[in-house]
Parts: sequence; structure tokens; C-alpha cells
Amino acid sequence: MATATQVTTALPGTLRLGWERTRFELRTYFRERDAVVFIFAYPVIMLAIFATVFGQDGASVDVGDVQIPFAQYFLPGMVATGVMLSSFQNLAISIAVERDEGALKRLRATPLPPASYFVGKVGQVLLSSLLQTALLLAVARVVFDVPLPADAARWATFAWVFVLGTATGSVCGVAYSSIPRSGRAASAVVTPVVLVLQFISGVFFQFDQLPAWMQQVAALFPLKWMAQGMRSVFLPDAAEQLEVSGSWQLGMIAAVLLLWLAGGLVLGVRTFRWRRRDDG
Amino acid sequence: MPGAALEVIGLRKRYGDKQAVDGLDLRVDLGEIVAVLGPNGAGKTTTVEICTGFRHRDDGDVRVLGVDPQRGDRAWRSRIGVVLQTNNDLAEASVGELVRHFARFYPHPRDPDEVVDAVGLREKIGVRARQLSGGQRRRLDVALGIVGSPELIFLDEPTTGFDPQARHAFWDLIGSLRDDGTTVLLTTHYLEEAEHLADRVVVVDRGTVVAQGAPQELGGRDARQAVVRWSEGGGVREERTDTPTAFVAQLGARLGEVPGLEVRRPTLEDVYLTLVDATPDDGEQS
Repeated sequence: MATATQVTTALPGTLRLGWERTRFELRTYFRERDAVVFIFAYPVIMLAIFATVFGQDGASVDVGDVQIPFAQYFLPGMVATGVMLSSFQNLAISIAVERDEGALKRLRATPLPPASYFVGKVGQVLLSSLLQTALLLAVARVVFDVPLPADAARWATFAWVFVLGTATGSVCGVAYSSIPRSGRAASAVVTPVVLVLQFISGVFFQFDQLPAWMQQVAALFPLKWMAQGMRSVFLPDAAEQLEVSGSWQLGMIAAVLLLWLAGGLVLGVRTFRWRRRDDG
Repeated sequence: MPGAALEVIGLRKRYGDKQAVDGLDLRVDLGEIVAVLGPNGAGKTTTVEICTGFRHRDDGDVRVLGVDPQRGDRAWRSRIGVVLQTNNDLAEASVGELVRHFARFYPHPRDPDEVVDAVGLREKIGVRARQLSGGQRRRLDVALGIVGSPELIFLDEPTTGFDPQARHAFWDLIGSLRDDGTTVLLTTHYLEEAEHLADRVVVVDRGTVVAQGAPQELGGRDARQAVVRWSEGGGVREERTDTPTAFVAQLGARLGEVPGLEVRRPTLEDVYLTLVDATPDDGEQS
């Protein structure tokens, strides 16, 4: 007789394995030079460059008699960019590579529950982007003297924009990971999308000074709304009148992000594959 | 008679207009090491992928440890080990980290350190996977396949690309699995590998089994006849016989010291080549 099922009990729990995966993912993430430079450190590097170049001789963005130093003006966009890189770009590339190299197929052959794999990804994204944002804020505060908000209401806004943005970026990243045809092509297929969004979403430029059509295109994508939400957190109240609509539009931000979250989720669930496309 | 670890009856799988597996039967008993031998495109990998739950079959019956792989749950997965064809994933983690990490997926894992020792990677335990040689990398794959202490392990072409030394080290490793009572199903296109490792060899060609048996008996009696060759009357003579000793004694009595005497048993390779169609089949997926 074939041996009876002697191990129906004692399978490790899904959440425990999710945490095990999170630790494993974090450890290997910080060992990949590409990821550390182009995802983790990128917003900090860009903030330093932009604040230094545009902020020479104390130049600032002026709203009436309120002067916003360039470092402060760029900070919200960089925070939003960091969230997008750590969630969307990170997952879209890393999952495409894992699929192409056979890591996903290998995991599928083990008793690791698929849910634990995704918990591990979410954990890695959350913890690395929290660390990234903390680093970004610390550099802005210490090196560029950017004042950080002191009131709880702004930090509450920060928290929900951050969490919702991370969730949206993550599910969209999972869905997008099915597009690159190989692991080698993944960076080339993902990075330009992110870069274009950064340019049209007001990360590198003042959003209100972009051509109207570009603003309208950007408004279709989440990054513009994440940056706008972060501006409401890190810029003085007076800056609200610089917005195209004249308002921070917090409700609209939540709505757009939730819409992308739902869309990405549906698409991700339908398209996720453990194997390469050419592998049946 | 021990029970079956794996039982495949009338398996069929088609990709487009290519019938990859065409009525294949296969049985592996508990504790047995079975080598599935065949040319590229014979259907070996497809069969393994169906047995490990990666692919759905078109027709036939498959039981792996008593379970239909298409319905295999986590408990079932924890009882099998799968080592797929060459991978280059998990590059940034070290040998020790990977073996410990994978051990946590299983309810009753082996001791990770012992597994690292068993595959001969003790000295590489802190080295990242990307820095390993091909042979070391493959042994790491096996380590990850056996760390859950599976009852049945699938090895798909485990030694492709090995140098002879690495291959022999690998064979010792598989031999030690046998000693632990693990059932092994391996695919290979190296005949010495099948001969060295397997209790039973199953030759697959064009999606179906064309012969099976112990390596020494494969192909049946006729294919195993000894060939006696000698020189006589200015030419080379050849005789196939079941009784080479008697035949040579006769020759000796007739000719004295027999010129150019040679007695040869057909190798597994000779037998194999008569079994499978010699025309190379450029199968995409084997």
C-alpha cells in the first residue's frame, strides 16, 4: 500500500510563511545593486540633484508672499515617486525576472501557499518603502532644512495616501509583470513607463506649468494623484491655490487610487502565471 | 510486493499538432530508483510535469503517492520533491540561506546543515547561488528538492552539462537517497547514468514506453547475446551466441590460439540505439 497521508497536520501556517518570505525578499532585495540604486536610492538622489540645481542662491517657488524653497517643493513628488518605484517598478521587474528564471515554478512545486508568496511581496514592498520614505524625509530635513509637518491631520493624510498608493502600485506591478517577455527585457519594458509618468505627473516640474493636455493625460494615472496628495501633506496651505483645480482634491485622489487598485487586482488575478509564457 | 509510489496508465498529452505523450504507462514502486531514458522530444519532461501537477493531461490516469496530481494539495506537495531542469534563479541568496528558507515550507524537514553536507556543499554554505559552478548549482537544486524529506523525488535531467567528476559525485548523492528509502524517478539521456543509478530503466520514444527492465536485462535476451569476433581465412568472422564460453572453446580446439579474438556484450547504448528511432527528432519541449 502506498503510505497513508502521515502529514496532514503540522503544515506551517500561511502568515508565518508570509513573514518568512518577507524576510527572505528583503534580504535579497538589498543585495541587488540595480534595485538599491534605481529603486531604493533613486528618489533621494533625485531630490538632492533637483534641490541643489534649482535651489541655488535660495531660489524658491512663490505663492503670493509665501516662498517655498525648491527642496521643499520637490519633496512630495519624490515621496510619491519612491512609493511608485518601491511598489510598481520593484514588483513588475522582480516578478517578471522570477518567472523567467524559474523561481516561481520552483516555489509552486513546494508546499508554500501562493498567499504566503504574495504576503512576502507585500511585506517587502511596505517595509522597504517605509524605510525609503523615512530616509528621504531625513535627508530633506537634515541636509536641505525642509520643515516637516507638525500636525496629526497632515500625517494622517500622509498615511492613507502612502498605504493606498503602495497597495495600488503593488497590484498594478503584479499585473504588469506579465508583459515583459523575458527577465532581461523587464527593466526596459517597465522603466520607461515609470519615467514618462514622473515627467508628466509633476515630479520633476511644477505640475501647473505643464501643458494642459499633458496634465489631462497624467490625471488618468495614479502617480499624479499620489504626488498631489503628498503636496497637501508637505507644502504650506498657500500652495493649494497652485493646484490646477485650486484644491487638493483629497476625495478625488482616494477615488482614482481605489479605481486603479480594483482594476489592477482584477487584471493581476487573471493574468498571473507561475510559468513562462513559452512553458505551456 | 511493495506498493506503487507512482502509477501512470494510458497517459496522453498533445501540444497543437504534436502528440507529446501517446499512451504512456509507468509504474514506480516505493523505494525504487527508475530512470526514464529517451531522446529529446520523447515526452519525458511532459510526463514529469504532469506527475508533479504542473500540467493537465488530456487523457489517462495518474496517481502519485495515491493522489491525482491535478488535485494535489499542500500536504501532498510536502511529500514529493521536484528538481526541474536547469534554473538560474535565486541568485542573490546563499546556499545556507536557501536550504534553511526552503526547509521552513515543510512540516517535517531534514536538518538543513545535514542536507548541505549530503550534497557536498559544506564549503560553499555562505556562497551566493550566482557564484556557484554548474555542478554545484545543480547540487543546490537537489538540496532544495530533498530538504523537505520527500517520499518521492523527481529529477529532470539532473546532470546535463556536468563534467565526469561532478557526475560521479552526483551519483553518489542519489545513491545515498536510495539508502534513506527515498523513491526516485529521474529522466536522463545519459545511458551510463541510467545504468549506474537505476533499479529499472524505462525507455521512452515518441511519447510511449518502448522497453523497460533492469539495466542488465533491457531489450530482452536476443539483444543481450554476446558477439564473438575472430579472424579466419583472411577475413573477420562474427557469431552471436548465448554460450560464448563454449563457442570460444570450440574455436580454440579447432584453431589453437584464435587470431583477433574478441568477445563482447552489447552495451546499454547498443541496446538503446536499437530501441529508439535513430532519426533525430527535433522536439521543442521534451
